[in-house]
Amino acid sequence: MSLPSKDIMAALAVTRFGLGARPGDIAGARRDPRGALIDQIDGRGADQPQDNPETAAQRFVAMRAYQELRREARDDGDPRTVAVQQANKAIRDKAAADFLARARLGASTASSFRERWALFWANHFTVSGAKELTAVMVGPFEQEVIRPYAFGRFEDMLVASTTHPAMLTYLDQAQSVGPGSLAGARNGRRGLNENLAREILELHTIGIEAGYSQADVTEFARALTGFSVGREDEDRAGQFVFRENIHEPGARTLLGKAYRPDQLGQGVAILKDLAAHPATARHVAFKIARHFVADDPPPALVARLEQSFLKSGGRLDRVALTLVEAPEAWEPAATKFKTPYEFLISSWRLIGAQPSAFERITVPLIGLGQRGFSPPSPKGWSDMAGEWCSPDGLIKRLQWSQAFAAVVADKLDPNEAASAALGARLTAPTAQAVARAETRREAIALLLMSPEFQRR
Amino acid sequence: MTDRLMMNRRRVLASAAGLGLSVTFLGRPALADTDGALDKRKLVVVICRGGMDGLSVSPPVGDADYQGLRRGIAFKPEDVLKLDGTFGLHPALTSVHALALKGQARIAPAVATPDRARSHFEAQDVLESGSAQVYATTSGWLNRALEALPASRKAQGLYVGATTPLILRGKVQAASWSPGKGVDETARLPTLLQDLYKTDPLMGPAFARGLETESMAQVAMTAMATPVEPLVAAGGMAAPGMMAASAVGRGGRAGRDAARKLGATLAGFMVQDGGPRIAALSLDGWDTHAGQVGQINTRLTYLDAVLSGLNTGLGDEWKNTVVVTVTEFGRTARANGTGGTDHGTASTALVLGGALKPGGIIGDWPGLAQPALYENRDLAPTLDMRGLFKGLLGDHMGLDRAALESRVFANSAEARAVTGLV
Repeated sequence: MSLPSKDIMAALAVTRFGLGARPGDIAGARRDPRGALIDQIDGRGADQPQDNPETAAQRFVAMRAYQELRREARDDGDPRTVAVQQANKAIRDKAAADFLARARLGASTASSFRERWALFWANHFTVSGAKELTAVMVGPFEQEVIRPYAFGRFEDMLVASTTHPAMLTYLDQAQSVGPGSLAGARNGRRGLNENLAREILELHTIGIEAGYSQADVTEFARALTGFSVGREDEDRAGQFVFRENIHEPGARTLLGKAYRPDQLGQGVAILKDLAAHPATARHVAFKIARHFVADDPPPALVARLEQSFLKSGGRLDRVALTLVEAPEAWEPAATKFKTPYEFLISSWRLIGAQPSAFERITVPLIGLGQRGFSPPSPKGWSDMAGEWCSPDGLIKRLQWSQAFAAVVADKLDPNEAASAALGARLTAPTAQAVARAETRREAIALLLMSPEFQRR
Repeated sequence: MTDRLMMNRRRVLASAAGLGLSVTFLGRPALADTDGALDKRKLVVVICRGGMDGLSVSPPVGDADYQGLRRGIAFKPEDVLKLDGTFGLHPALTSVHALALKGQARIAPAVATPDRARSHFEAQDVLESGSAQVYATTSGWLNRALEALPASRKAQGLYVGATTPLILRGKVQAASWSPGKGVDETARLPTLLQDLYKTDPLMGPAFARGLETESMAQVAMTAMATPVEPLVAAGGMAAPGMMAASAVGRGGRAGRDAARKLGATLAGFMVQDGGPRIAALSLDGWDTHAGQVGQINTRLTYLDAVLSGLNTGLGDEWKNTVVVTVTEFGRTARANGTGGTDHGTASTALVLGGALKPGGIIGDWPGLAQPALYENRDLAPTLDMRGLFKGLLGDHMGLDRAALESRVFANSAEARAVTGLV
């Protein structure tokens, strides 16, 4: 398979693998488009959006304090006191600041392949603000689980995810009690919750095509009992704790393999085996190929990624390198339709700027159906054009593009902007439409809405 | 209507998005109708995503095993809205119950898709694709139903919501709308873009349909009769994910108003000349693994409000309408150890509408005795959801039986059409 020209490759490196071109990015990648991406693979992990960020544990404690305040106010008959409202705003502002910082990093980074790679894994291990307690920990989850291990070992990321308070609360693990445990025997009303166990199998590791049974799910759920979060009045408040008294005692059998009783070690052993399972390599390889290259990715690319994952023992830096080196990933025709977040971030990159306030990015995202930090299910956001290229979605993108262009267009040369944003991917009809536009605003709106800017 | 009032209505509707509500619909063409009454028939499918607990929607308080299985989350017989000797409705479903008393709402208490994997994503795929196998097709059964309508009643598609659900994907390009600022389709920019998209098979048809829908939206919004008070909890300024939670905490009056107005706006589309006759609507947040009593109460309050808004908004056209609410799977018959329920199998479908014939439950009740449970765990299904859909598309929407069996629900012979509902 031959590669396209350097010019096309430079445009693809920045817009397909990365988050879109800032002025000069495509020209800068032209000398060595692959090298420009390889240089971004960093064993130390992906970039952190904030210096000295709050931890998940701090957020957990803050949310608990807020909830307690609200409960007391409710008991006193007025749940909407000034104090409650101020506390609510303070805690919402923290989550908003996390999201804004992440968006600003995406809009400004010179290493936007590295950032896209991190965003892919954040979506793979989805935690969502749809749950109140989890909502304030989504940003910390990305800081503590995703970014440090983005180019490390998959197994480490899986274990970090499964022991993180955001995941343990999002998928109800923290409260799951082994029926045969000390606490379970004392209180027959408390018992198993299989939510996290099922989603780890289905979404995080081997995938449903691997063919496990309900018995496997239940066994895994039993093994995971005890994985919990320190309460606000405990030493490890808001941090992972293993609670022996709710752990289901005994040996477990999962996918035909026996696991001896080993407290926390039992669940961790299962996680490590799942990370190394061939079905996990296949499942993850397919998702990477789908995200980066095509909704129906080339089987040859999936096979390369799968082999890379297996041979390297799930080293994500090796898998990222395989992706960049795969000729199938450089197919010139861009078929991936940008998600709303990708569209907005790439628009800010186009003008070399960043969203200046949370409202600037959250309001359009909500309208476009992708509220920040709040995927609708543990499956995360869709990657498929059929989902996002809807009639209403396009109308909403147009409305936003007009408003954005009205603010920024007067400072731009539209023809230069089109060329800088798309490089050799810019088609003649779009270049012509931009050149012939009546106003700069019209030209920039056309550029943002062009078929090639909407795709990558 | 003043611009300000219009903006307020749009804001109220926008907040519905924050509740996980989205509306999807397909319509009919502006062609002349030659099939008389059939041409007025309307069908709305409500998808409750996340696995809605049927035993909470229509608690079988008269079933001897119900209290023992559900323990702390069971309803007492006096707390439900009574339907018959076995079933009641959840106390939040007051509008549905009022319709049931008039013979305009029935329950199918043990319905399921053919999928048994207990995966949200597989089961939703099967529900929406209408296939017996998961990921077997990339089109949805409502889209294929439109395709299969006879030429004289050929429909065009329309949905409201920012993304396209599988149930409506397919050959027929569905239009869509959700609350927003509005676009003038005669302006220069949309015209230039249509030109730019003319060879784009994905963006071209989608954009054209989006523009067409904007003018219809204006009419639908104007048709909303209730005045709208400004909404405190408008989604826009809230931090990610926090709005829904705070609405729940306060009993969600704002959410209920938004839900009712969404239903009324959908009705506003459907009552227009040339408006959509087929709609699908999503309501998420049903995955209640822990502490489910409050969550389900909130979600059912919203569902009831949407259905109530549809009912009142459709006015005279209610008599031509059937609404069916379904979910990808039910939940475990036993309460789990965290005040919730895990992924199960059969659940309740609600079937409502002025076109509905009065009657008892739809399908059989398998009971909750231990030997009757599916895999000693879930309510056992007695009715294949595809049979319910086939019956409604055939009897109510007038789809040809052969087309239903061959094109809309291929290989579904084992799911016999439920006839006689209308």
